[in-house]
Formats: sequence, C-alpha cells, structure tokens
Amino acid sequence: MKSYEKVIEKIILICAILSTLSVGLITVFIFHSGLPVLKDYGVLSFIFGMDWKPTNGQYGIFPLILGTLSVTFGALIIGIPTGIACAVFLVEILPSNIAKIFKSAVELLAGIPSVVYGFFGLAVLVPAIRTYFLPIYQIFRPEATTTGFSILAGAIILAIMILPTVVSISENSLAAVPHEYREASLALGANKRETIVKVLIPAAKSGILSSVILGMGRAIGETMAVLLITGNMPVAPKSMLDSVATLTGTIAMEMSYATPTHQSALFAVGIVLFVIIMLLNILAQLMMKRMGGGQ
Amino acid sequence: MTEKLKQRNQYKSIKNGVFYGIIGFLAAITLISLIVIVGYILINGLSHINWEFLSQEPRRMGKEGGIFSVIIGTIYITIVAMVIATPVGVAAAIYFNEYAKGGKVVSTIRFFTEILAGIPSIIFGLFGFAFFVVFLGMGWSVLSGGLTLSMMVLPTLVRATEESLKTVPMTYREGSLSLGASKWQTIIKVILPCCKSGILTGLILGIGRAVGETAAVMLTVGGSLKLPNTIFDSTRSMAVHLYMLASEGLSREKTYATAALLILMVLLINTAANFISRRLGN
Repeated sequence: MKSYEKVIEKIILICAILSTLSVGLITVFIFHSGLPVLKDYGVLSFIFGMDWKPTNGQYGIFPLILGTLSVTFGALIIGIPTGIACAVFLVEILPSNIAKIFKSAVELLAGIPSVVYGFFGLAVLVPAIRTYFLPIYQIFRPEATTTGFSILAGAIILAIMILPTVVSISENSLAAVPHEYREASLALGANKRETIVKVLIPAAKSGILSSVILGMGRAIGETMAVLLITGNMPVAPKSMLDSVATLTGTIAMEMSYATPTHQSALFAVGIVLFVIIMLLNILAQLMMKRMGGGQ
Repeated sequence: MTEKLKQRNQYKSIKNGVFYGIIGFLAAITLISLIVIVGYILINGLSHINWEFLSQEPRRMGKEGGIFSVIIGTIYITIVAMVIATPVGVAAAIYFNEYAKGGKVVSTIRFFTEILAGIPSIIFGLFGFAFFVVFLGMGWSVLSGGLTLSMMVLPTLVRATEESLKTVPMTYREGSLSLGASKWQTIIKVILPCCKSGILTGLILGIGRAVGETAAVMLTVGGSLKLPNTIFDSTRSMAVHLYMLASEGLSREKTYATAALLILMVLLINTAANFISRRLGN
C-alpha cells in the first residue's frame, strides 16, 4: 500500500467520525447552554411551572408542554388512521402501476417545506375555522369563541405533514409481509378484508408502530407550521379551539430578542425537546430492528 | 340453514363495503389535501411571479419590489452547505461500506447517524446559534447557516451514497484488485463511477432539504435583506422570507408569489432526484 493511501484512509475515517460526532456536539452544546437555568430554577419547577412569563423571570414550561402534546395528539388522531388506511390501500387494493403514481404524490407531500404548510394553514385553515367551524361548534357549546389560531388548526396541518412518514413506513412493512401469509389466510376461506385486518396488519405491527412513533417525533419537532397557526399563547388550553404555544414555536419566536437568562431558558426548553425526541427515535430504531430480526 | 347463510353473506358484504369505503375515503383525503395545498398556492401565487419580482431587490421589508437578494441568499447558503456536506458524507459512506469491518463501532456510528436524521430542525438551529454564531464567533452569516445545514443534510447524503455503494457487485472490486489496483484506486476508478447517479440523487435531495429549511436558517443566518457579499454576511433564505411575510402580513401577493416559487423550486429539485434515481434503477 502506498503511503498516501494510508493518509486517505485516515481522512475517510475522520469524515465518518465527524458525521457521528455532530450528534455528540449538539448534545453537549444544548445542555451546556441550558443547564444553568435548569439548575437555578429547579428542574421540577421548570417543567411543571404553570407560568411562562420570561419578562417577569418566570420560566414554567408546563403550558408549552401541554400545547405541544395537544397539537401532537390531535395530529396523531387524524393522521394515523388516514396514513394506515392509505398504506393498506396502496399495497393491497390499488394495482401496482397506479400505486406507484400515488406513492410519488405522497412523497411530494414530504418535500413541501414546513413553512409552506404553515402559510397554507394561516391563509386557509385559520379563517375557515373562524367562520365555518365555529358556528357549528357553537351549537354544542354556545359560549365558545376562537380566533381560528387553535389546536385544531395545528393538528390538521401536522396530520397532513406526518402522513408521508406514516404512509411510507407502514407501506414498506405491509409489503414485507410474506406472500404465504396472504395465501394461507385466503385458503382458509377468509376474504380479503379479513385477511387485511386479522393477518396483514398484525404481521406488520411493529413497522406500523414505528411509523407512528416517527410521525409523533416529527409532529413534536415541527416548528414553522405550528408557529404560524397555533396562536402562540403560553396558557393551558381548555378546548380544541384555544390558542396554544408549543415548545418549538416558543424557541423560534423568542430567540431573536431574548435576554441572556431568557435565552438560556429557551435552551433548557430545547433540552426537554431533545430528550423527548431522542427517546422516541431510539424507541423507533429498536422497533425497526426487531421488525428486521423477526423476519 | 341456507337462509342463515344468506344473511351472513349479506352481512359480510355490507361489512366489506364499509371497510373499503372508509379506506378509499381516507386515501382520497390524502391525495386531495396534496392537490388542494399545492394547487391553492400555485393558483394564487403564479400570477404574481414576473420578471420584476425575480430581478428586483425587496423594498420596504419585502412589501414592494421583488426577492432577488433572497433568491441569491438561498442559493448561497445551499451551495455552502453542500460544498461542506458532500465530501464528508461521501467519505463517511465509503468508510462504512468499504473499510469498516462491521462490529460494534460501526453499528454504533450508524445508530447515531440514523438518530441525527430525526433531530428536529429547531434543535439544529439552537445548536448552530450556540456553536457557530456565538461560540465560534461567526455571527449571523451564510457560513453559520451553511455549516448548520450541512449537518442536517449529512444523513440523507450518507444513506443515499451507501445504498448505491451496496449495489456495486463484489466482482467489480475483486476484478479490480486482482488486476493489481490498490484499494483506493479501486474505489476511485471503479466503484465511485458506478455510484455517480446514487450520489447525485443524495446531493439533490440534500439541496431540496436545504432550500426548504426555515427554523434552523432563521436562527443561524439572520434575516438581512441586503445582498450578501461574503460568506460572513447575514442574508435571508426564501423560506425565512416567506415566514416573515406571512407572520407580519406585509403583502398578500408577495407572500403567495414567494410560496409558489418555493414550491416550484422544491418540486423541480425532487423531480430531478426522482428522475436520476429511476435511471439508476434501470
């Protein structure tokens, strides 16, 4: 081996390490910048504090956590059945050449920048909720009011945004179910619907579940769309038409004008976000691995 | 007995109808929401895209004029990001596929690269702000944003390159080595040329991600509307510009036009990636 090749090999190794190191570097810097506030303020009163009033020096992020959770679960309730149905439709029902076109359409959905979704929500969904949905809602709850900037608007847009994730991973795991399963089920006299519901979906369970977890991670981490349409009010929500502030939206909005302590508090919000997302990702990775090992 | 069977069959067929109805309905909703979103923005925006809009600098915070400096800023940030990310990503993929002999270290490294792909952009933004902007003193600049974006597109690049490295038949490597070529010569002259389109696909996908990225760019590049002269200047990308216009309600038509242009660019980029990767498939 020529000597320069050894050098090249080293450089390549460094590149490989560099691409990994960034995760560590990100972790170190986020924690380094956010920990002081967590220490001074106390982890519990930071996470469970009900008041986010940075100008008064009050940094309780529980309203933000509630905001993120409500929008995320709303998105999951809408997005997951739709996504799984879509995957089943693609794999089991549509002929494969049409399914291909459908699939590239869904992939297109994934490529649209989040700020465009946010703008669409702002321009269409928010006014629609204010003028069309509110009167219907008021039939049941006459006292309800809304500006349109709401959990509902955020949940609908996020649901559309997580669809590509849910559809493509569920679809892959459905397609990976061995053909014998289908044949065996049909041979036993089950019809196609029964085969899908009782054989295929259970067999693809772990893949579908990991798509749900990844979709959830995407919804929690999404910033620009929710920033534009949830109203950014750091108050615990009471109905789905209330405005909320999310963890991500608060960071993006307040970072540019924050004082040093406030900035550090925003980094601490980042820590909370980071930990949640990491746990979800690791869970999804383990799930996928189990899926791979099971076959 | 036959009555009962008939009834059961009827019941079953109703159940089937409901099942397929629901599934078809939900799938249709997915497709319709895509068409509505893209269609609505293009219909409202395309008519406002004209030569003045593309070639003039923004005036009065983007309320008037065009988005020339924003387009240049977007291209600038993207180029910086890709120039940094491409060699590192391709080299990392080569290491994983050609040099690493499996084992714990590699699987750990892989695990972390996978995780990197799931970190939300706002976290990258926070990191970029703390590390590049403040700690390394680069300030809000094209360079800070480019470096941050390069970290974000790395996983895409590494994965795309690795996938195409895997498709190169082992016999190519053996053939080259048996002719007396060294390992590095084999990689450069035999393996990488086979992977051209795979690497290109990853590159284009990375560009797509860089162009559409907002949160991380906002925190690391700033929002200056001036034309950037060097990589140490602050600028504004199209996605950030769209956010500013939308959140401040400055000008309806400029907002739609910017959104339409952004969608067009991203669609174009993704179609190119699709086209190239399909050609690779054949």
